[in-house]
Amino acid sequence: MPGVAAYEKAFSDLEPGLRQAGPGWLHELRRTGIDRFRALGFPSLRDEEWRFTRTRPIAEVDFAPAGEGRTPADASITAQTFDDSGCLRLVLVNGRCATDIGAAKLPAGVRVMSLANAMAERPDRVRTLLNRGVRMEDQQFAALNTAFLADGVYIELTDNAVLDRPIHIVHVADVSGAPAMLHPRLVIHAGRSSEGKIIESYIATSESQYFTNVVTEIVCEENASLYHRKIQTESPKAFHVSLQHATLAANSRYATLGVTMGGSLVRNDVHAILDGEGIDARIDGLYLASGRQHVDNHTFIRHAKPHCHSFELYKGILDGHARGVFNGRINVDQDAQKTDAKQENNCVLLSDDARINSNPQLEIFADDVKCTHGATIGKMDEEAMFYLRSRGIPANEARDIMVYAFASEVFERIDIEPLRVRLEANLFEWLNRSRAARAASE
Amino acid sequence: MLEIKNLHANIEGKEILKGVNLTVKAGEVHAIMGPNGSGKSTLAQVLAGRDTYEVTQGEIIVDGENIMELAPEERAARGMFLAFQYPVEIPGVRNNYFLKTALNAVRKSRGEKELDAMEFLKIVKERMKILKIDESFMNRSVNEGFSGGEKKRNEILQMAILDPKICVMDETDSGLDIDALRIVAGGVNALRGPNRSMVVITHYQRLLNYIVPDVVHVFVDGKIIKTGDKSLALELEKEGYAEVNG
Repeated sequence: MPGVAAYEKAFSDLEPGLRQAGPGWLHELRRTGIDRFRALGFPSLRDEEWRFTRTRPIAEVDFAPAGEGRTPADASITAQTFDDSGCLRLVLVNGRCATDIGAAKLPAGVRVMSLANAMAERPDRVRTLLNRGVRMEDQQFAALNTAFLADGVYIELTDNAVLDRPIHIVHVADVSGAPAMLHPRLVIHAGRSSEGKIIESYIATSESQYFTNVVTEIVCEENASLYHRKIQTESPKAFHVSLQHATLAANSRYATLGVTMGGSLVRNDVHAILDGEGIDARIDGLYLASGRQHVDNHTFIRHAKPHCHSFELYKGILDGHARGVFNGRINVDQDAQKTDAKQENNCVLLSDDARINSNPQLEIFADDVKCTHGATIGKMDEEAMFYLRSRGIPANEARDIMVYAFASEVFERIDIEPLRVRLEANLFEWLNRSRAARAASE
Repeated sequence: MLEIKNLHANIEGKEILKGVNLTVKAGEVHAIMGPNGSGKSTLAQVLAGRDTYEVTQGEIIVDGENIMELAPEERAARGMFLAFQYPVEIPGVRNNYFLKTALNAVRKSRGEKELDAMEFLKIVKERMKILKIDESFMNRSVNEGFSGGEKKRNEILQMAILDPKICVMDETDSGLDIDALRIVAGGVNALRGPNRSMVVITHYQRLLNYIVPDVVHVFVDGKIIKTGDKSLALELEKEGYAEVNG
């Protein structure tokens, strides 16, 4: 019974339990979510926002809500992510919080807890933050996430609080047997002049099929500073759909960067609303795809007020029959004079069968702004390849060096050293695997 | 030693090299002089194995082995080195990493032990001193944002590190002021030796005051039309290529 009906059935099966979890208003919100999803259905290629991404592969699978799953050993999480000994680690298994950082380890004014606990302990606070960034009237997957909203992460930095160590949120998918779905929700609130770093890792314990459908809602109040990194290395059979929505107030600094490596079908929506003056927003991404992977990055930056700066850099490396989509929309309101917005999407195709659709969209209603965008799609620079090879470096290695060089501009944006080192190693492993796959297919 | 026999090469169907014959014995330095567009740079690129040129006839022999079918990296492994006229900028790759990877690739192909970071640094620092290259250079991206002089010095530094048997220098002197020229020439002269063959391609006689060649060739319209000793270079400077040709 795949398609929308399967989700309705799952919802009604779960409903008695869900009704008990959290306050009444929350369950009303869930009901609205499933109603909206029923009405909207899965997006089709006719949907402007989904022109290049078929959701049928997701709709065709009958996903059941994920069971509890087992929490991997600390060392195995480190092996699959990075040496996060300098971070505070929080583990979610199948969308539910499985560990607790503990208030003693957190600086004053910082709360990090499961969303389920937050809804029990601070329902009014959560209510004001939840679904602020979600438009259920037209966001099918966010509506679906809302329907199954049960747990996730709640992070609150009160005014002037400073998180001295990065929080590392590890999303583990532990799915064996029947395909399962996960709908975690993250709520991150950075109060006035607060500061923090958050890293998210998405990993799996096996190469099974499952569906991660995550919504992350971020609010930066005045003069807050938030640094966010998301590293997605899901199972090769996984579907990963995410909405990351940030609302930014005056003089805040927000830097987010997403690395996509895993999953068979991936769609990331990264939205930032610059709703105050003097905001500095950085939105970056790196995506690697091979085989028949499909990776779609949609970004939306809205400049609502004057004197804001946004910089966006996405880099893609596609091999095999992989398909990439980049859609970068920047909206500059009439009021947003002196906006400085820059967007770049560069993609390199390592095979003749890889494809990218790159689409910048600038909608500018102010007349005194600086907005630029650029897209490059290319193959390996033959002259540089020849230069390296003429120095004795074998063709394969020369190609790896060139790909690394291409990606390095994004890596340089990661100032957490062990994470950057790990991602660089991941890239070389990926290159080896994709080369082996090519050799096998030839 | 290097032997080029009746070498013909095309680009997009147009013949550029029209039967080049050249023998450079070990320990010799040969200069190839010629006007713009005569095919000198094509010869250099073909020697290093650039595949945008189609070789239609001829042989390139290094120590008795025809290297015509070999990839650029295999030629480098056999001791071929080309100092580029226009060194390529590679943003994102540090010189340190590039040079170490290249040296270890070449050492591996020669059956020598690969060097660790410390051993490598020792070798590089010595060579950098000779070429008056600042140590900060190692952390910069390959050729990115380099001045013309820095790029050319980087080429000679690579040559000094990789220790090739055959050094082909393609207009290494072009665009250099006299101080930079002296440094580059000093670097090249330090590498002269009984086991190395050098081919210096240049447009200007000036270089040959600093790197004194054993043999001078005049290259016009895709082939060598005249060969002589270093006095031929002076003659060219005075008379021009047309006179020598005629």
